[in-house]
Amino acid sequence: MKIRAIASNTFKEAIRDRILYLLLFFAAVTIISSRILALLTVGDRVKIIKDVGLASLSLFGALMAIVMGTSLVHKEIDKKTIYTLLSKPIHRSQFILGKFFGLILTLFMMLLFMSLIFLALVFSYTFTIDWNLLLAIFLIFLELSLITSVAILFSCFSTPILSSIFSLSFYLIGHLSWGLETLIQKINPGPVKVLIQIIHLLLPDLENFNIKTEVVHNLPLPSHLFIFAPVYGFFFTLFCLTIASFIFRKRDFI
Amino acid sequence: MAVALKIENLHKSFKVGFIPKKKKILKGISLEVEEGEIFGYLGPNGAGKTTTLKCVLGLIFPEKGSIEIFGKPHLSLQAKEKTGFLPENPYFYEYLTALEFLNFYGDLFFKRKKERKAKADELIQLVGLEQWADLQLRKFSRGMLQRIGLAQALINDPSLVLLDEPLGGLDPLGRKEIRDIIVKLKKEGKTVFLSSHILQDIEMICDRVAIIHNGQIINQGSLQNLVSEKILSTEITLSGVDTKELKGLGECFSIHGEKILLKVFEDNKIEKILALVQEKKGKIHSFIPRTETLEDLFVGMVKKR
Repeated sequence: MKIRAIASNTFKEAIRDRILYLLLFFAAVTIISSRILALLTVGDRVKIIKDVGLASLSLFGALMAIVMGTSLVHKEIDKKTIYTLLSKPIHRSQFILGKFFGLILTLFMMLLFMSLIFLALVFSYTFTIDWNLLLAIFLIFLELSLITSVAILFSCFSTPILSSIFSLSFYLIGHLSWGLETLIQKINPGPVKVLIQIIHLLLPDLENFNIKTEVVHNLPLPSHLFIFAPVYGFFFTLFCLTIASFIFRKRDFI
Repeated sequence: MAVALKIENLHKSFKVGFIPKKKKILKGISLEVEEGEIFGYLGPNGAGKTTTLKCVLGLIFPEKGSIEIFGKPHLSLQAKEKTGFLPENPYFYEYLTALEFLNFYGDLFFKRKKERKAKADELIQLVGLEQWADLQLRKFSRGMLQRIGLAQALINDPSLVLLDEPLGGLDPLGRKEIRDIIVKLKKEGKTVFLSSHILQDIEMICDRVAIIHNGQIINQGSLQNLVSEKILSTEITLSGVDTKELKGLGECFSIHGEKILLKVFEDNKIEKILALVQEKKGKIHSFIPRTETLEDLFVGMVKKR
């Protein structure tokens, strides 16, 4: 009940934030402009629309998650609204969870809106519904949930600007860390290889949620993904929220 | 009488500066607030009043000491369920309307929408904001924010109400309204812990007070015990007598036309002044014996340290 109340208030606050609508506007413009890009391209136009559309959903969704995740918790502390809230009979972890679910609900609504534009655009070309696109969007949503938990974690102990930089770095590292796999294959066995393997294990791998190439080019989808990606997303998110709650529980609100 | 709030040997320090250095804010605060009383927590700015309140509410963690609310540890949910809090300079969710705001806090306590709505309506009425119930808080004046803040502090019908500077920044009418609500809370059997540096208000409504200075309680007790009823001076407003004739009889404070305001410290001089006025066929306009006020006590104690 308490988590729901905080989540619903967070949702109200987030959807009244103008920055969100600015990002939403740019996302919509990018998705629609993929139609123009498609006109200029030789080859399968639908592939371009799908490719640009899914990339926009992922990128703008991540930006929304980072902007909201890093600012909303910090705003509560900065504006001291947290004083009255934490003086009520709630656990600090309930506050973190309430904020998380409120943001997830907001992201869901935003992603839904962007997806509708994107799917309508694809439908106007193909006149069929590509179910794999919905699967790709679902995985993007899981990725955004994970990024939100990371942004909340950073905002528990640092300023919004630093938290945004950390979260953005996390997003970039998460999408580039697969490069280490290639490196591991090429390098000779030895301590350096072990070190890189450890780093690869520790770094987040957001490519687990990326099936854009397979969906756009109609390639077979990796079967392990359906179980592995949600489990990976769930435990990573849970891990971040647990650490965030732990930091928050010990914090003095001066 | 049961104890509503018990604080024992509370210590808290913060790290300040670029190279962190420990600064002691609370140095062993101990006090007890009895059930059903209005307890005033007095102190100059920076004395540690808000820090004490934040410790009680679990917003910051003391290094040493214990806090109990109605016999329960202050961080327990049972203790928090019995507590209401109004912070200093209330900061609230500006994008919410007054009703939405109360509804949000009500959501933390009431399962049924009907109950929440009834409580929110009752409190809006109590603090006199019926006309502005659907206005966003960003458009509220300072006094209105203070009133809606008080309403949220009462949303769970708390037995202990903690108010941090509830009268600060309000106009005289606003102060009177908040004072009246506080007295009403007492009549309903609630305990009020009131931190303030507006001494007149404290004096008017508090049963007992504690004075904090530099992180330590320097005096506490009931107002009757702390403030002596001994007459310190008498203020006499008179006319028809020349100021030169009053020389040596008292301190001449002000002269408005023929009226002279005189502050007299000794009883025998009062008799001399009265005789002089009679002799000169003058007039006594007012005669006010001044006993010690909380302000005298407060200023005296703080200056001594």
